[in-house]
Amino acid sequence: MQAGSIALCPNDITRRTTLRLLSLLGIAGLAGTANAAAPGWPEEAFHQKTPDDAVKLLYGKSFEASDKVTLEAPEIAENGAVVPISVSSTLPGVTAISILVPENPFALAATYTFAEGTAPSIGCRLKMAKTSNVIAIVESGGKLYAASKEVKVTLGGCGG
Amino acid sequence: MASTIRVRAQASGTTTDVQALIQHPMDSGFVKDSDGKLIPPHHIETVTFEHGDKTVLTANWGPAVSKDPYIKFSFAGGAKGDALTVTWMDNLGKTDTLAAKIT
Repeated sequence: MQAGSIALCPNDITRRTTLRLLSLLGIAGLAGTANAAAPGWPEEAFHQKTPDDAVKLLYGKSFEASDKVTLEAPEIAENGAVVPISVSSTLPGVTAISILVPENPFALAATYTFAEGTAPSIGCRLKMAKTSNVIAIVESGGKLYAASKEVKVTLGGCGG
Repeated sequence: MASTIRVRAQASGTTTDVQALIQHPMDSGFVKDSDGKLIPPHHIETVTFEHGDKTVLTANWGPAVSKDPYIKFSFAGGAKGDALTVTWMDNLGKTDTLAAKIT
């Protein structure tokens, strides 16, 4: 097994269910021994399966597509464990950027909060279980704007 | 032990460009080890970048962020010699911090 890489991709429904149960048990087990979440970490939002649920928990509203949001991601990612993603926007007063991968076990991958004066642009690297859209959400002036792009993953996070 | 954080912060004109690399396994909790046992989740949850008394960027990460995370951004202000303090905390309560000098 490739312990270092990721395996976010259950092969069938029963395995997926088992994994979910196991992961839940794991989280519950951890909560008993160590303090689970860092202060301010939106734990609930990070455990949602769909982008809509995650965004609703995170911001309490829905998003609309906008051409003022730029999402840069490779067309084809050879290695799903490291997919370079960058998001920027020409919108004024951007306060937050979130990145979601709907086909991952948990849709929300990362969310960034910007201070005034910090450029609305972020670059990072994400894991992707399999071919999926990547959604970038930008919060500006209390509204949410989104862009998405499909990334084909040839060697999935399965390590297979 | 050497710090888990490597930062390069460069002031250019009115902005400062920041690139950071953090050493961390970022285990998602979905991977099995060679014995078929699940490796429990162990990933960074929050990262903050502070310049002076201002937090210029806060990152909240889930398990889908890659191992040894990389992050790139820029903020207004910041002069050569200023300190940029980077702090992370993971889901096991571990934490590390580094005060880097802007060059």
